[in-house]
Amino acid sequence: MKVPLSAIVGLFFTGIYFFIAIFAPWIAPYGLTESVGDVWEPMSREHWLGTDNIGRDLLSRMIYGGRTTIWIATAATVLSFTLGSILGFFAAVIGGWADQTISRFVDLIMSMPSLIFALVVLSVMPVTMFVLILLMGLLDSTRVFRLSRAVALDVNVMDYVEAAKLRGEGRAWIIFREILPNALSPLVAEMGLRFIFMVLFVSTLSFLGLGVQPPVADWGGIARENGQGIVYAVPAALMPAIAIATLAISVNLVADWVLNRTTSLKGGRG
Amino acid sequence: MLKVRNLKIGATVYPPNAKPHDIEIVHGVSFNLERGKVLGLIGESGAGKSTIGLSAMAYGRGGVEITGGEVWLDGVDILTHGMGDLRKLRGADVTYVSQSAAASFNPAKRIMEQVTEAAIAQGKFSRRKAEIRAVELFNKLGLPDPEKIGTRYPHQVSGGQLQRCMTALALCPAPNLVVFDEPTTALDVTTQIDVLQAIKSAIQDSGVAAIYITHDLAVVAQVSDDIMVLKMGKTVEYGPVEQIINNPKEEYTKALVSVRSIYHQEKAPTVNPVLTVKDISARYSGTTSDVLSGINVELHPGQTLAVVGESGSGKSTLARVITGLLPPKTGQIDFLKRTLSPDLNNRTKEDMRELQMIYQMADVAMNPRQTVGTIIGRPLEFYFGMRGAEKSKRVKELLDEIEMGDGFIDRYPAELSGGQKQRVCIARSLAAKPKLIICDEVTSALDPLVADGILKLLLDLQKREGVAYLFITHDLATVRAIADSIAVMYQGQVVRYGRKSEVLSPPFDDYTDLLLSSVPEMKLGWLEEVTANRKMVSAGN
Repeated sequence: MKVPLSAIVGLFFTGIYFFIAIFAPWIAPYGLTESVGDVWEPMSREHWLGTDNIGRDLLSRMIYGGRTTIWIATAATVLSFTLGSILGFFAAVIGGWADQTISRFVDLIMSMPSLIFALVVLSVMPVTMFVLILLMGLLDSTRVFRLSRAVALDVNVMDYVEAAKLRGEGRAWIIFREILPNALSPLVAEMGLRFIFMVLFVSTLSFLGLGVQPPVADWGGIARENGQGIVYAVPAALMPAIAIATLAISVNLVADWVLNRTTSLKGGRG
Repeated sequence: MLKVRNLKIGATVYPPNAKPHDIEIVHGVSFNLERGKVLGLIGESGAGKSTIGLSAMAYGRGGVEITGGEVWLDGVDILTHGMGDLRKLRGADVTYVSQSAAASFNPAKRIMEQVTEAAIAQGKFSRRKAEIRAVELFNKLGLPDPEKIGTRYPHQVSGGQLQRCMTALALCPAPNLVVFDEPTTALDVTTQIDVLQAIKSAIQDSGVAAIYITHDLAVVAQVSDDIMVLKMGKTVEYGPVEQIINNPKEEYTKALVSVRSIYHQEKAPTVNPVLTVKDISARYSGTTSDVLSGINVELHPGQTLAVVGESGSGKSTLARVITGLLPPKTGQIDFLKRTLSPDLNNRTKEDMRELQMIYQMADVAMNPRQTVGTIIGRPLEFYFGMRGAEKSKRVKELLDEIEMGDGFIDRYPAELSGGQKQRVCIARSLAAKPKLIICDEVTSALDPLVADGILKLLLDLQKREGVAYLFITHDLATVRAIADSIAVMYQGQVVRYGRKSEVLSPPFDDYTDLLLSSVPEMKLGWLEEVTANRKMVSAGN
């Protein structure tokens, strides 16, 4: 199987980021909240990325920040995917009033801009990681619902699904054994893209101050804290921006590769 | 006018576990074609007919490449042409009529615009002249309202009419050669006659040379002057039509000419029918007219009831009503002495087990992510609770019955041929030990030789297992071969019903007469005879 260069690059960087996220406590040279140097020191041998606005090692903050961002984004993606696809398949197979009700409810939620909605919710609820993951997952599950319902409808009209219905198979069999295996490929590719959106969403919320709260680091928060430094030509705020950008592009490249491989397979959406 | 010498065409294969490599798919084919004559290219799927036909305009579809030989068109070898010269040639001197007119017409443009497009773009005629020509061609091809039909959109005309528009499109730029690629395969038998007649007279009037590609020998016998029989990219036999039809030399040609040699002794009706359809009428919700009205048929155990009709006559809808996918408006269905619930959701597992269905397109009838073993094994698990060794044993037995070996258990549907796929579908329905199998056009998508094999298999299984078939088809030759009783459907009603011998003997009602006379026979001059004697215009015209 020939893997294109773009996919290799994507896989490499995604792999590095996830590795760093998982093994953060063993990799980071300094602690998360230790103040070890002067404010906004430039890059040096002791501090590879310099220090941040209150003297903490930026590299360690970035590593722990990556861990937080990736953890939140992954959890939110898993939640949105599970919820969205189960509801989507359910709506496609049941049809009729249940489908209409769920779809219109989802339309309602989608009609509100997610960022504004999130900001409103977060300004009244305590901003814990649990609340963040739950909120992001629920908001994003609407997009996954749309996609999985469309894919399931495509598969539902195939003769083999009708053959299963005529056999007398129950709904569970039809959803999990007939539809799901054929719908999996486009959904998996979509999962990569939703992950990127979650990374951007949590970083945006943190940058606006309503995401991850200090002293816990996450990339959006780091950008917020060090934002003033740009005026003094201190590149500290650019580090999280570069990290977010490279992670997003790498995951995108991998998702492209998965999508290209699945368009030639039968069944599911091409 | 067209001389093809030693044509070789190659393609690249990508086997799953090996490196991609090039192979030859057409091995040195040669033929001649003169102006005003028709060459019929005949063979099974994959023989190379369309590939060779398209090489007449130096085109390889799907990435195939012409690797050797010469194609002399009017004294010039077009294989040496550059792209610019080929563009001038295609659509002007050599035109192409494809199998599916519906897929070839742009649904967003009117017919006239598309029919005249090539003629105008290639500079052969001015717009006015091209449109006048188009209307003349519409008239010659027997289209209704030739002056106005060009203003319609493709979806506003029927399949047969659209195919004739495609022929007009190919003839409008006054080409030297027209390649017809299975133009009537996708049409009903009764519509096919009209289109065939139209094509034949158009070819004769305009004096073009034509290559007619098809897998139906009876059809090609009506229009060609010479026939070339192809198998796996090689010429099997090549000669004038009288010789090929009446005096075939090669074994393969003989097999093609004598297909449908199955004979089945008609059985007498028994006392207890396995299925009784009483007064069924059905209508799709939200529509104003009945799709089925007053259907009354019976099926006896171990026998075959053939339901014949054109597309739109209601045959498949009847199958949907019987299986419970479409609850009927009135009437009832009795199966094995009990009344079936009209809705699928209210039927018992036993009801569903004893009534099985086989579909027309085997590739979509099987889940592409399940192996053959899983597909055949599921009914065993589901209905009989078989597991483990017992299930494997039974799956092997079923594979034996369909004449396929154990090696197929772990294969996926995509790795099987068309005939093999249909056999697996048959095994799947047999696994449930049904009393009745509904066969919905099961051989329509298969080549004649492969379809023959499937029909023989079905008859053998019927003798052994005593299962009854409700055989839905539009192919009268199949009906003659395997039916015990026949129901002819037309526009949602049964116009003729009875034992095979009764239904197929005169006197006929008008529609059955039309249907029976529309089946192409392997006889030269049959087309002219039939068109002269037609009493009724077909519905799909």
